[in-house]
Amino acid sequence: MTSRANIQKTYKLFINGKFPRTESGRYIEWKDAKETTLVNICRGSRKDFREAVVAARKAFGDWSGRTAYNRAQILYRVGEMLEGRRDQFMAELRLQGSTKRQADKEINSSIDRMIYYAGWADKYSQLFSRVNPVAMPYYNFSVPEPTGVVAAVVPEDSSLLGLVSVIAPIITSGNTVVALASESFPLCSITFAEVLHTSDVPAGVINILTGQRSELIEHFSSHMDVNAIVFCGSDPEQQELVQTNAALNVKRPVFFRDQDWSDKKAQGPYHILKTTETKTTWHPIGV
Amino acid sequence: MLAHDTIKYNPIDQIGAQERVARLFSRSIKKESKVEALKTVLSMIDLTTLEGKDSPGKVKQLSYKAAHLHDQFPDLPSVAAICVYPTMVTVAKSALQNTGIKIASVATAFPSGMASLTAKLDEVRTVVEDGADEVDMVISRGKFLRGEYDQVADEIVQVKDACGKAHLKVILETGELVTLDNVRLASDLAMNAGADFIKTSTGKVSPAATPTVVLVMLEAIRDFYKQTGKKIGMKPAGGISVAKQAIQYLVMVRETLGQDWLSPDLFRFGASSLANNVLMQIVKQTTGVYQSDNYFSID
Repeated sequence: MTSRANIQKTYKLFINGKFPRTESGRYIEWKDAKETTLVNICRGSRKDFREAVVAARKAFGDWSGRTAYNRAQILYRVGEMLEGRRDQFMAELRLQGSTKRQADKEINSSIDRMIYYAGWADKYSQLFSRVNPVAMPYYNFSVPEPTGVVAAVVPEDSSLLGLVSVIAPIITSGNTVVALASESFPLCSITFAEVLHTSDVPAGVINILTGQRSELIEHFSSHMDVNAIVFCGSDPEQQELVQTNAALNVKRPVFFRDQDWSDKKAQGPYHILKTTETKTTWHPIGV
Repeated sequence: MLAHDTIKYNPIDQIGAQERVARLFSRSIKKESKVEALKTVLSMIDLTTLEGKDSPGKVKQLSYKAAHLHDQFPDLPSVAAICVYPTMVTVAKSALQNTGIKIASVATAFPSGMASLTAKLDEVRTVVEDGADEVDMVISRGKFLRGEYDQVADEIVQVKDACGKAHLKVILETGELVTLDNVRLASDLAMNAGADFIKTSTGKVSPAATPTVVLVMLEAIRDFYKQTGKKIGMKPAGGISVAKQAIQYLVMVRETLGQDWLSPDLFRFGASSLANNVLMQIVKQTTGVYQSDNYFSID
């Protein structure tokens, strides 16, 4: 009997709701621990990042303008779709070296985290808004608003949970995001993009690039049209680079150094608050 | 009197034109050449505002922008002209004194061209008296499509006459001409009738300037030059909003018409948001950092 040709998935980038190859034409060979499976991962470039930022900027108006309730529905839908892809994530996590038990736990936590933030979408702003006492005839109140386009360098040591844990709170408030997936464990990030693609997340709201962290951090942190950067990692030199470049346009830098993303404490409404700006309104009264 | 049957019929090979465009557009212009190209693009822009809600304030602001594109870079050229509705010509005139920037006014019942010839000619005379250096007229597409070529040409001749010293740009509105053969014929008609420039579109009809249409018009200009020795200008307008497209058009002009046409006297871009995009690219080339709209004036 002749054996069937093995049809393998091409791992591509996720930009503006589409799956393009990198414009640079560069690839990174990725092998599993036993070196039996070989995958070509796109080595994303400066220009791929630029395209992603353009898409994210374009998507921001619509996404931030939707009702919080609608964003909650869509986040919940992402959770549902994650559940449906369980087997595929399981296979990829196993390839990347997780045991069945670890993989199972990671998938469960990722789904739960998505659902958790879906619940917060229409509640966090009530929690963090306030009426301020002022000694003048004004009704003075503050509300958190999404900051805009966020660049996210997600955890290197976690393929799925780290990505979900960083992205979910960013988009909950209405931000759009360009994320750089883990360099060592890139497989789940693109499969997660396929989940997003079928979850009514509008094109451009989440963009996912794969590639070399050392090459792309420079561009992630220096782009003038990015309003905040979330950086996960403990390399002090990279942190300094991010901080220095963020100063160019006063990006809000957010750092996670040694965060254990499987911890229950790695989620919470304060994570949403990290990529928002507070707007204070002075409303005249008694005139 | 000009008759359309004096103009030779030039059928257009659509696939050939598209493939030539694709080849020309694959050129890559980088580094110093890119910066020079971007500056050339800036000097060719007709900064345009053609909206029903235009106000004198907006025109003043646009005029200021035309002369001060980005004050952090003092060696930038200014744009070629600003392009406004007839009622805004006097405002632009006073705002652009001593800047050397030209004033272009649309006329002849822009954008539809649906008015009597008398009304059109009156409008042209008025904008020229008010101080317009250039007049952008529209052809009567209805008449053209009905085959009344002589009347279309006659109208252009009379408008040219009414322009006096002002330059005449003839808008073909290629989005309504249906075929490339028609685009070529309309280009030939307009040039024979006295157009100084031929222009693709009003910006009010989609599609506006497409690369294939621009190539066909450039080739018409080239053939007209070979026959008569007269250099006619070209102005693509509408839908050109990013620097990369603009540079691709420069390549197309250079390869079709030669170096002489790479000048604001013979080539213009009709655009509103292109200037900011080009500025962002120039700043990017200088600082090495991708830019944001937030740091450029709103226009």
